[in-house]
Amino acid sequence: MATREFSCKELVEVVTDYFDGRMETGDRIRFEQHLVYCGPCRTYVDQMRDTVRLTGSLSEDDVPVEGREELLKAFREWKRG
Amino acid sequence: MQPSLRMSTVSPPASAEDQQLVEALRRGDEAAFAMLVDMLGPAMLRVAQLYVRTRAVAEDVVQETWLGVLKGLDRFEGRSSLKTWIFRILTNIAKTRGEREGRSVPFSSLALDEPEGPSVDPSRFLAPGEMLGGNWSAPPAPFPEERLLAAETRARIEEAIAELPANQRAVITLRDVEGFGAEDVCNVLDISETNQRVLLHRARSKVRAALEDYLEG
Repeated sequence: MATREFSCKELVEVVTDYFDGRMETGDRIRFEQHLVYCGPCRTYVDQMRDTVRLTGSLSEDDVPVEGREELLKAFREWKRG
Repeated sequence: MQPSLRMSTVSPPASAEDQQLVEALRRGDEAAFAMLVDMLGPAMLRVAQLYVRTRAVAEDVVQETWLGVLKGLDRFEGRSSLKTWIFRILTNIAKTRGEREGRSVPFSSLALDEPEGPSVDPSRFLAPGEMLGGNWSAPPAPFPEERLLAAETRARIEEAIAELPANQRAVITLRDVEGFGAEDVCNVLDISETNQRVLLHRARSKVRAALEDYLEG
């Protein structure tokens, strides 16, 4: 990346790199500077954060496994060798 | 945010806790096994469903995985975390079942690197030639906080994930739904760190767009 500013269109492509701490220092500084003066991109980054957070809440809908008893039985048999 | 400087796809080795758990299992500690089944089972079921058609087959895959875990326990060397090791067994079994079913699996050669559009519809930015080209022309609006927690919003996210290409669906499921670290995802799915990040970004961008559509509508 050249040492010029990110455009908004470029910034939306690197949000995950930013979240994961995978940006070179110069790019990270330019990214954060852009957010200081650009309200719409701040909103966009917040939306991405909301998306990650809400996606994480889906695991609350995970269901317990069937056949727990059979598994424990299998474990006891395995133990006996 | 923890910047990780390591570029390899090697997962963190098993922790002391993992080693203790493995020792307990080897000793035949049933409570330890039950705890592990309860803790990992739901996530395993969700991941198995990425590879096979039905819930019933996914449940079979999970059962088979646990039997594989027991069989392989003596060979566990702690080079990856216990969780990663178990999920690798799971995806191997699920892949085999999925192939037998003729289902396209997340990492068939075709599924890699399909051409992708930009993260945001380009018509929402000023054209490159214009003054302020690349700036928003149709900027996003904040998500309404009070609707974010509604059950319908979660259902919409589930739908958006279900519509993703299989490889993107696999990565976002492990990373964002089940909370795996980047390195663990690379290890479980056998993909490079860069691939993992690209797929995750595409997946998140699409889910965000679906949320925006839904919340504005």
